[in-house]
Amino acid sequence: MTDTSSITIPKIVRVIPRNRNIEFLLLFFASGIYAYELAQVQLSVLKVLTTELFFYWLPPTLFSFAIHYILRRRASEADPMILPIAVILNTLGLSMIYRLDLGAIANDNPEQFGSRQIIWTMVAMTVAALVIIYVPSHLFLRRYVYVSMLIGIALLLAPNLPLIGRSINGARLWIGIGPFTFQPGELAKIALTVFFAGYLVTRRESLALTGRKILGMRIPRARELGPILVIWAASLIVLVLQRDLGTSLLYFGLFIVLVYVATGRAIYVVVGLTMFLTGALVASRLMGYVSGRIDSWLNPFDQANYDAVGGSYQLAQGIFGLAHGNLLGTGLGGGIPHLVPLAESDFIIASLGEELGLVGMFAILTLYLLFVSRGMRIGFNHPDDFSKLLATGLSFVIALQCFIVIGGVTRVVPLTGLTTPLLAAGGSSLLANWIIVGVLLRISDSIGNGENFSEPTTISSGVR
Amino acid sequence: MNRELKRVSLVIFVMFLSLFIASTTIQIFAADSLAQDQRNVRSAYDSYKTQRGAILVNGEPIAESVRSDDVYQYLRVYKSPMYSSVTGFFSLYQGSTGIESSMGSYLTGKNSSQFFEQISALLSGNPVQGASVELTIDPVVQKAAWDAMGKMKGAVVALDPKTGNILALVSKPGFDANLLAVHSGVQSNENYAKLLNDKDGPLLNRAANELYAPGSVFKVIMAAAAVESGKHTKDSTFPNPPKFQLPGTNVFVQNSGEGKCGGKPTVSIADALRFSCNVPMAQLGIALGQDTIRKQAELFGFGKKVSYPMTSTASVYPENMDDAQVGLSSFGQYDVRSNPLQMAMVSAAVANQGVLMKPNLVENVLSSSLAVIAQPQPDIFSQPLSKESAQAVKEMMIGAVQRGVSGNARIKDVVVAGKTGTAQNGKGEPYTLWFTGFAPADNPQVAVAVVIADGGGIGQGGVGNSLAAPVARKVMEAVLRK
Repeated sequence: MTDTSSITIPKIVRVIPRNRNIEFLLLFFASGIYAYELAQVQLSVLKVLTTELFFYWLPPTLFSFAIHYILRRRASEADPMILPIAVILNTLGLSMIYRLDLGAIANDNPEQFGSRQIIWTMVAMTVAALVIIYVPSHLFLRRYVYVSMLIGIALLLAPNLPLIGRSINGARLWIGIGPFTFQPGELAKIALTVFFAGYLVTRRESLALTGRKILGMRIPRARELGPILVIWAASLIVLVLQRDLGTSLLYFGLFIVLVYVATGRAIYVVVGLTMFLTGALVASRLMGYVSGRIDSWLNPFDQANYDAVGGSYQLAQGIFGLAHGNLLGTGLGGGIPHLVPLAESDFIIASLGEELGLVGMFAILTLYLLFVSRGMRIGFNHPDDFSKLLATGLSFVIALQCFIVIGGVTRVVPLTGLTTPLLAAGGSSLLANWIIVGVLLRISDSIGNGENFSEPTTISSGVR
Repeated sequence: MNRELKRVSLVIFVMFLSLFIASTTIQIFAADSLAQDQRNVRSAYDSYKTQRGAILVNGEPIAESVRSDDVYQYLRVYKSPMYSSVTGFFSLYQGSTGIESSMGSYLTGKNSSQFFEQISALLSGNPVQGASVELTIDPVVQKAAWDAMGKMKGAVVALDPKTGNILALVSKPGFDANLLAVHSGVQSNENYAKLLNDKDGPLLNRAANELYAPGSVFKVIMAAAAVESGKHTKDSTFPNPPKFQLPGTNVFVQNSGEGKCGGKPTVSIADALRFSCNVPMAQLGIALGQDTIRKQAELFGFGKKVSYPMTSTASVYPENMDDAQVGLSSFGQYDVRSNPLQMAMVSAAVANQGVLMKPNLVENVLSSSLAVIAQPQPDIFSQPLSKESAQAVKEMMIGAVQRGVSGNARIKDVVVAGKTGTAQNGKGEPYTLWFTGFAPADNPQVAVAVVIADGGGIGQGGVGNSLAAPVARKVMEAVLRK
């Protein structure tokens, strides 16, 4: 064994980073769109343009170009669409939150979300940049599979701890120290995705091939079903203790999909969904709030549901808002999104639908679909199984979260309290989703750059 | 794994497809019905955001939106309760009625005829200004009708028989629409409850939406049916007993004076109308048969809602009557019901040589730049009578006023045609008093109908000629004096 065997071969410097030039152009458009949105908000609500516009415009714009620069240096082959789409969604959310703030000032409501959101945007973009800089390869995450699981479960259950756990709007999803609150479940979804991907990569063979054959189907052995039962139980704990159907569905759905992708066996999906639906059904019988949600979902305009505490009032108002938007919307600043409770967070999609209309809704949904499809494409093209599962998991969790939230507002599924990724007010959600952006960029860069995927990369030191 | 990834991608696509479909459903297909949900205040907010157009009479606003300093930006202001049955009200909390409702899309600027204004507003960023609605109401006639009714409950409708234009439309008592337009929900709800529970029914539109037994004014329709049938002329005669037993019953019909109708052994249809006799009318009705009468009544508008552009309540000529019921209905009793607008239409058709023009309250619609964006043209509603039949009925109605029991409608130097009615409403109940007619008979300028509910406050003490005819006379005079 000679010294040279552990020296990494220097990458060939690419003269034209084509991906990055596309990205630059798209970011340029994104910042222009953002400036236009802010100007429209100010003109329609305040009737004048103020310097506050720059306070909102400058940080996300500068930070996004900074990430772009870092990608040029550190990950020049990363997917060029992911960053601009994330920026457009994040800044569109900022514009709407700012617009709601301005409207709330007019109604003497002191609660302001915009300045907090802009700070969180900077924090989240910084963390995404750090992920790109300091995570030389996402494969190192594979070494921390079980650590990730512990972190994930700890984060998931943290709101149930006595001192720091907080209950807001009926769901126990927050931890808080003083005035500072955080929703750890958002970060848990990343940790758990890492765990699922790592765990399934090592166990996929046994999950796929073992078990008895009954009626032509291979039923997994109890030992292989074990982790599924654990995750199922964890999901139900979330459902019961934290009163949050959305989060519980999100984790379980994510796990089922990854098990399916890893093993190729549809039986896991069937068994998993049956278990989840049974659990949820039992829970809904035992817990009033779940059946209430379902009632409100089926008949939101029923007067009894509409008047009930925690009933369909919010959902009905959100739908009125969407309907008010019609095809073209009222224009940013032209609607009355304040009529819907939580217009800036859970119902931001109703606010946007009201002011941007069906056209805007389609644009937003298409952006998400594009974002998710880029993530799926990374999984599809990646030669390494862990990377495939990780990219798929992170993309799917975004897609599923969109579906649960937007589907809740548009009555496709019962309403649950999740945030719309990147759009909604809320720091924890923003941070988590930007980390996902960073990781996806990192994975996408590694597709074709000659890394050895058969083993976790070793970077030797002290060679030079 | 790529095979599985493709399937997962398909699942993701289906999830998003359902979101696309759901948002399209809400924002396009269900949008209109959601906008009309009473709990959706967005539509109301919207209509306050743009300056709602004015409702004009003779160029003067009787309802307009003025700047207000609260979140709604504009307050709706009404000039006089005299017009409450015309304008209706526009309220954040109780919706809208009257012209405010039926012309609402123009007033808010949302009508498709304002498409280009909407586009230019979209481009300029200024809100669309609502269009103004100019009414056909003549303020002098309206005032005359309002004053003539005094404190009596009831309604007056005056039509131009040649065009169908409504010159006056009064319902008494009226209400102050400003009470409902207030921006305070508590105030508005309180005021609305008060008006709704008022036993005098100020919110009712008695001119077009309340039905009354027409009594003897229905005889005009009987006379029309008789001459139009071709079997009778105005001089056709019927036996003239003081009492007439309804077929198959022990009920006797009497004339109002409880005697014979004139001094002769037989009585003509013209004299039956002139003296307002019930006995010959009951015989005429049974002779004509209910189908013939119904056909005539429907040509005048019975059984139909009229959009003027508010919507009237359809007048009723009952179905499936036996001969006794046909007899009773022939002088406007039994279950026959009508409203003043309908009876004014009957007179207007007679006045206009048998051609009934569609009643209309809107002169034109003016955009904020004063361009005419809609102008209803006179339109034929039906032709209930031939020219000759109309002439015959007209002569009978002239007889009733000039030489008969409807004499209180007479105007000096003018030939007035008309008919009074005094409808009974059950034992001990106050009468419903009527007049319908037109003037001048040779060149009709106005057709009018008056209804006075609850006996005009004097129970069974008044008759159509004593209370309703003078009101009609004042209204006709107001038109003719111009």
